[in-house]
Formats: sequence, structure tokens, C-alpha cells
Amino acid sequence: MRWVNRQIGRRQAFGLAAIPIALLAIAYLVASAQRHAINPSDKILPLPTAMASAMWRMMREPDVLSGNLVFWADTLASLQRLGLGLGIATTMALLVGLVLGVLPPVRAMFGPLVTGIAVIPPIALLPILFIALGLGETAKVALIVIGIAPVMVRDVAGHVGALPREQIVKAQTLGAGSWQILLRVALPQALPRLIVALKLALGPAWVFLISAEAIASDVGLGYRIFLVRRYLSMDVIIPYVAWIALLAIVMDVALSKLSTKAFPWAHGAAH
Amino acid sequence: MSALLSLRDVWVEYGDRIVLEKVDLDVAAGSFVSVVGPSGAGKSTFLRVILGQEQATRGTITLDGAPLPPECGPDRGVVFQKYSVFPHLTVLANVVFGLECTAAPFLARLFGAKRKAAVAEAAEMLAAVGLADSMHLYPAQMSGGMQQRLAIAQALIKRPRILLLDEPFGALDPGIRADMHALITKLWRQYDLTVIMVTHDIREAFTLGTRVLALDKRRHDPHAPHRFGATAVYDLPLVKPAPAEEEATEAVA
Repeated sequence: MRWVNRQIGRRQAFGLAAIPIALLAIAYLVASAQRHAINPSDKILPLPTAMASAMWRMMREPDVLSGNLVFWADTLASLQRLGLGLGIATTMALLVGLVLGVLPPVRAMFGPLVTGIAVIPPIALLPILFIALGLGETAKVALIVIGIAPVMVRDVAGHVGALPREQIVKAQTLGAGSWQILLRVALPQALPRLIVALKLALGPAWVFLISAEAIASDVGLGYRIFLVRRYLSMDVIIPYVAWIALLAIVMDVALSKLSTKAFPWAHGAAH
Repeated sequence: MSALLSLRDVWVEYGDRIVLEKVDLDVAAGSFVSVVGPSGAGKSTFLRVILGQEQATRGTITLDGAPLPPECGPDRGVVFQKYSVFPHLTVLANVVFGLECTAAPFLARLFGAKRKAAVAEAAEMLAAVGLADSMHLYPAQMSGGMQQRLAIAQALIKRPRILLLDEPFGALDPGIRADMHALITKLWRQYDLTVIMVTHDIREAFTLGTRVLALDKRRHDPHAPHRFGATAVYDLPLVKPAPAEEEATEAVA
């Protein structure tokens, strides 16, 4: 049978997906074991036991200085920043994207500005943010917002602007005005796209979060990784990175689930 | 019979390209006008101008004696070939939407007794187009023919002065198309509609219409084909047999 026609069942897919992951894990273990055979105090490729004990320490033993459980404090701080940034950016994307997409005068007036902001590399704005907003939470959240909002705004505006003209005309023949079209025609159809935009923005949002935390912070997942780098503490860095990956996957899956649940019509509700 | 819709010396030009020239037309209330013509003869432009989606460059269009406002409104209903229904609303909500827009300017939603009345009215209209059993489906779950039925119900709930159809059955199977012809003829009689239908199917034009309008260019300049626009070159009133007779002939055929 041709490869393009091969259908993979659920269980088979699970097994197939596990193979490369298992291979990577084995390769790591082998390399790590080899290094430890030569140098038992090797820090570059720590053994799983070392990672587990390091993480146990971070999770269960309060920090000497702050008295916090470091791992959880870091997670909470990072998620709070990320959540605020994503929330603000999503709200902006929805509001601005909708009016840009539906109302041609607004698009003519603000479209070029949004495009202009979107092409500025956000990290280049980080010094400005730190100078203007200080080194506190505001600057970090602002970096995430500035980093992802323009792209999301343009995505939503583009999607709304590309709604078939027939729909907008039809709505008018049904007695709808600009506001009603915005509210009942454009808004509901923008929402599933907004979730897609948000999912795509998760990656960049994490990048900006970690960058901001690496540069100026005293708590957070990114801060911790860059802090322990000085001591070559790979036994902390690797589990932290895995934890970040897990959080990102959970968010992505949760958003997909939300979209199928809330907007069945956008997911090809079966014939 | 007095004219419901009048076009006087209507021209439509895009830059130096003339699409429609000197269209003079009166459409009587209760008539079913089929518009045919070759591709690019401006059939759809003609419809869009009446709809208000596009403006005539010159000339006047009056509906019930009053000049047409320069944008679409609830006095003219429309069914397009595609994209006529809202994919995010159920069948019922698609039809109720028209009632909600007029009754609730701010929220565009009705509640309580008003909503009940609107839903009842919409359900009645859906029953009339044969969608009584599909009220809670989304358009994507329905066939093309059912979607067009919905689009018709959606337009009729507003009781438009004129119903404009832009190749409404063009994308349907022949069998389904025949069903739709029967449906639109029934609704046209039942609701005393005035219909203007653009089609590329000549047979359909003559089967449904009480009047067939052929749009084409009268003159043709081979060096500058865009400088002459189309106009109504044939305007054929058809004498239709009464409904009972028609059914009898159909039965014989």
C-alpha cells in the first residue's frame, strides 16, 4: 500500500509516537551513563536520580532566604505573568481586530499603525519598557503583550475582513446595522479564530516571558533557569524545561478542547 | 399595473469600462423576472445595483416611487448562490436573526415572550420551506439544497418588497433543482412576492419567470470591447397558465 494511503489507528499512532521519544530518552541515558562512568561528578548530563532529587529539593524544601517552595513560587509567578499577558493581548486582539476587520474607515486609519508596530522586534523594545515601566511585573507583562498582541490583532482582523461579502450584505438585508453585524455576525465567527491565534501566540509568549525573567527578575521559571546556569545545574535546568514544555502542551490541548466544545460549527460538525 | 421598481437610464461604469448602459425598466409588483445573458454581460452587476451593494454611475432607481437608498436594507431580500447563511447560527437562529435585528437594536437578541413569538414565526417560515425537522442543525450539517431553502426562509421572514436571487440554484443537482423550482414557485404565489432572479440556465428562466429579460451588449467595438455596456436586449413577457392548469400540463408531460 502507498504510504499516502496508510491510515494509522489510535493505538498504533500512540505506539509510533512513543518510539522517537523513547529513542531520545535512551540516547540521553546512554550518554549520561558514559559520562558518569568517566567522571562520577559530571554535571553536564545528570542522571535521572540527580534530577529527581534536585526537583524534590525545589518542590518540598523551603528556600533558606525567602522561605518559599522555590519550584511552586517560580511556577506561580511565571503563570501569573503569562496569564496576564495572554489575557490582555487576547482582549486587545478581539476588540481591535473586530473593528479593524469590519469597519473600513477604522481599518484605513489604524491598519498601517498596527502593521508598523507588528514589525518591530519586541525584544528591541525591552529596554524602553524597563526604562519606562521599571523592572517590576508591569514591564514583563507589557513585553508579552507587545510581543504577541499585534500579530493576533492582524490575524483576527484578517479573518474577519475575509468573511464572505455575501454574509455582510445578507445581514444588512435582514435589517442589521454596523453594530449588529459586529455583534452577531463578526464577533461569533472571530472567536474560534481568536483561539487559534492564541494557540499560535503561546510559543512566542513563553519566549518573551523567559527573556524578561532572564534579564530582570527575582522569581520565575526563566529566572531560575538562568540563575542556576551559573552553577551548571543541569539537574534543575532540564526538569524546568520539561515542566515548561508540559505547561505549554496542557494549555494548547485545553484551548483546542475549549474550541471544539464552544464552537462545534467551526469544527466541521459532522453531516 | 403600477411599477414597483423603476430603473431610468441606469449606467454602471468601472473607470472607463462600461458594464451596463441605458437600462430602462419597470418591474410590476407580483412579477417574477428572470434575467439571463452571457457571462460578463453584467447580470450580477444589475442585481447588485438593485440590491444596493453597488451604485449606479448615472440614472435613477426608485422603489415604490422613492429613490433607493445607497446601501442594502430590509426592503430588498437576497439569496446568493453561496455564503447566504450564517455558519455559526443554527437553522432556527439564522431565521430569528432577521426579526431580532429590527426588534432589538442594541443587543440584537430577544428574550422572553418576544423571543417566543419570533421563534414561532421563524418556525412557521421554516416549515413553509420544508425545514421543520432541521431547525437545530448548523448549516454545515445540511446539503446545498437545504442551505438554499434556509437562505430563502431567512430572506422571506423580513417580507421584502423584492426578493433578489443571484443564481440561487446554480450549484445544485438537477433533481434538487427541480424541487427548489417547485418551492420557489409555491412561495412566490403564497407570499405575493416580486422576484428578480439572475440565472444562466435558460430553461430555468422560462420555467419560473413571468418575464424574461436578456442582458447583452447591443453594440460591440472589437478594438475597445469595454466601451459598450450591456442592456436589456430582449424583454419577453410570458403568459403563464393558472396554477391548476399548469399542474395538469405537468401531469400530462
